Amino acid sequence: MDTVRDIAALRQMLARLEAERLPGAASVFSLGAAGPEGGGVRLARGALHEVQAAHGADLPAATGFVLALALRAGGADVRRPILWVRQDFAEAELGRLDAPGLASLGLDPSRLILVRAPDAAEVLRAAGDAVRCPGLGALVIEPWGEPKTLDLTATRRLSLRAASSGVTSFLLHAAARPAPTAVATRWRVAPAASGPGAPEEADALGSPAFTATLLRHRGGEGGRPVEGGTWNLEWDHEACSFRDLAPLPRAVVPVPAGRPAGTAAARQGNAGAERGEIVALRRAG
Amino acid sequence: MPARNAARSSRFAAPADGSAAGGTPAEHPLAPPPLVFVEKAQNALRLAAVDRAAHRRGLAPGLTLADARARIPDLAVIDHDPAADAAFLEEVADDCDRWTPLVALDGGDGLVLDITGCAHLFGGEAAMRQRLLAHLARHGLGACAVVAGTPDAARALARSGGGRVREGIVAPGGEAAAVAVLPIARLGVGEEVVTGLSRAGLKTIGDLAARPGTPLAARFGEDLLVRLDRALGREDVRIVPRRPLPACIAERRFAEPIARVEDIEATLGLLVDDLALMLEARGEGGRAFEASFFRADGAVRRLKVETARPSRDARSLRRLYRERIETLADPIDPGFGFDLVRLAVLRAEPLTPAQVSLDGRAVEEEEVAALIDRLAVRLGRERVLRFLQRDTHDPDRASALVPAAALAGPPLPPMPEMLPRPLTLFDPPQPIEALAEVPDGPPLRFRWRRVVHEVARAEGPERIAPEWWRRPEGTPTRDYFRVENREGRRFWLFRAGLYDREPGTPRWFLHGLFP
Repeated sequence: MDTVRDIAALRQMLARLEAERLPGAASVFSLGAAGPEGGGVRLARGALHEVQAAHGADLPAATGFVLALALRAGGADVRRPILWVRQDFAEAELGRLDAPGLASLGLDPSRLILVRAPDAAEVLRAAGDAVRCPGLGALVIEPWGEPKTLDLTATRRLSLRAASSGVTSFLLHAAARPAPTAVATRWRVAPAASGPGAPEEADALGSPAFTATLLRHRGGEGGRPVEGGTWNLEWDHEACSFRDLAPLPRAVVPVPAGRPAGTAAARQGNAGAERGEIVALRRAG
Repeated sequence: MPARNAARSSRFAAPADGSAAGGTPAEHPLAPPPLVFVEKAQNALRLAAVDRAAHRRGLAPGLTLADARARIPDLAVIDHDPAADAAFLEEVADDCDRWTPLVALDGGDGLVLDITGCAHLFGGEAAMRQRLLAHLARHGLGACAVVAGTPDAARALARSGGGRVREGIVAPGGEAAAVAVLPIARLGVGEEVVTGLSRAGLKTIGDLAARPGTPLAARFGEDLLVRLDRALGREDVRIVPRRPLPACIAERRFAEPIARVEDIEATLGLLVDDLALMLEARGEGGRAFEASFFRADGAVRRLKVETARPSRDARSLRRLYRERIETLADPIDPGFGFDLVRLAVLRAEPLTPAQVSLDGRAVEEEEVAALIDRLAVRLGRERVLRFLQRDTHDPDRASALVPAAALAGPPLPPMPEMLPRPLTLFDPPQPIEALAEVPDGPPLRFRWRRVVHEVARAEGPERIAPEWWRRPEGTPTRDYFRVENREGRRFWLFRAGLYDREPGTPRWFLHGLFP
């Protein structure tokens, strides 16, 4: 019986400790002017956030989303470097990170420190070192696949270290199987079709667009749990903020560029159905 | 420091004995057969080196093997391996670092050590020479060592077996007298010069020194006079050490070699403390450090550590070295123990004590620099990188990743405004099969990694011509398209080549991925 009481007491103690670590108002960041109620969900700084790509081929989108989150977390402080730990295999599969591309998303490339690690164990070790360095603006951990070493214990350790150093950390990987991880939030990201551009550039690609699903939000917002939801977001690199992706005014069909404009009216016919589909993805309220 | 040493540069020339060039002991109690090393020269197997026993029985390098066998039937013959000899001499030279940091190779079988200001540490020149010879003898090396005022005099005397110099030490100013009796060939001049001079009746360096210089220079070149002056001690030149001279060093010598890892780490810790004090006094910080472990049996192991910014923080340096030792692929093998551990600052830069700013910015930058160092030590320098941007439109060259430790300077200039670029880039671009309108329409459909993508939107072309001053002639022009497939995934494709305007059939490539 004593054991049971002890365990109950311990649990209470843990709950108290956890509550103390709940983010205050100053140490959260939002996605920008997006999501429900304009402000969107709030994410804690100095915590570990997980971003999964919905599919292996969606990893570039997830990478962009992580970078955008890291920029949001950094806030106005543009001097602190962002450290990116990348496994070699990701480099081979997705290509190397490129400075002009980073600049296109709004990150000054000279702020990025790239660490290439040969395997998942080294990724974790380097991340464990980096997360303790309060001089970093953000930390991105990108192992390849579903490494066994990145389990509940490892992510919990990273979370605790992030909390004590204040380094906002992101774990980026493709969702192969649901593995338990101790993270503050978990996102699943897929690319979204471009929003509508100006009429004269009907075929132009818009800003980077994502369909982001919030799978888990630990601790909720101010103690109030936040339900998961799905948002269509667009990244505005100039404002360094997410905004809602406007529903498409027209169907997304494979349209070759340079097709005579006469078919545009025909395309508009499908718009309703497409718009309905997107709206259905949005979270009510 | 004795005034004599300060005023005069004293040097050893210590050619390793020919018989020991292969690393074999000179004598053996069971008297093995004479040993010779052979190489093929002038269409015959000839002796390249002989051991002491063979030398005593009249064999000399240059003799053919057949002649040698005719004289001594029971010869032990080994193929001459100049590369192994050179490597062995490098090892010996490494070991000689324990006497002085200034060591130079002299030909294939000799070393020159600049012992200026070092001799008093070993009890004077004579004692130092004795200890050096004893140390080499312990490892089976027979050597001849001479201390003289200039490297050329020391070299000439040592290669003549010491000449008539008492105890191998030339008294200050006595170089001219000491080398006078040596043959002219010891000056290191060419064969034809020696022959020419001997025809004129000049056989020794002393003969040459007595002559006026101008006619000699007119007949045999300035080089002869320069060499003569150096050998006679009239002109002093420094040797070029084989390893760069460290900015400062700290070392510990042990009467009894140490072997335990804990002892080694503790020793390194003490050395780091010493160096930190030295660097502080100089107002400098080290960028590159090197620890050398001298094993009692002559092997030397070196561990290098570089830092992203000048550092003299004993704690972080100690940590870097611990990290370095932990991540060694082949751990330090102490063998019978190390009798000398040395820590040197290879490169130092000015480091003024920084005022801690109120927002702790300087501290944070220090922390990031320390993190970079630690990761670079563990993963390797080329795995911790930062971007270097170039002012070019060629996407392959627009950015490069360079070691973060090497890149310390002012922040980069901002990028010029350009069209959106992909977040990741393939190097080299990946070939794809694409269906597109001829001549310059965007792709309608393409296949990459066995998956067919239907293009929903396309933007382009953005024409990027090759940099003709860099690329080989005929490199095709590239028309880049940003495309989005039906799932919203975005790609950067290009067509290499223009229809009808450039030779060859245009091909399609995927160059990068957009988020």
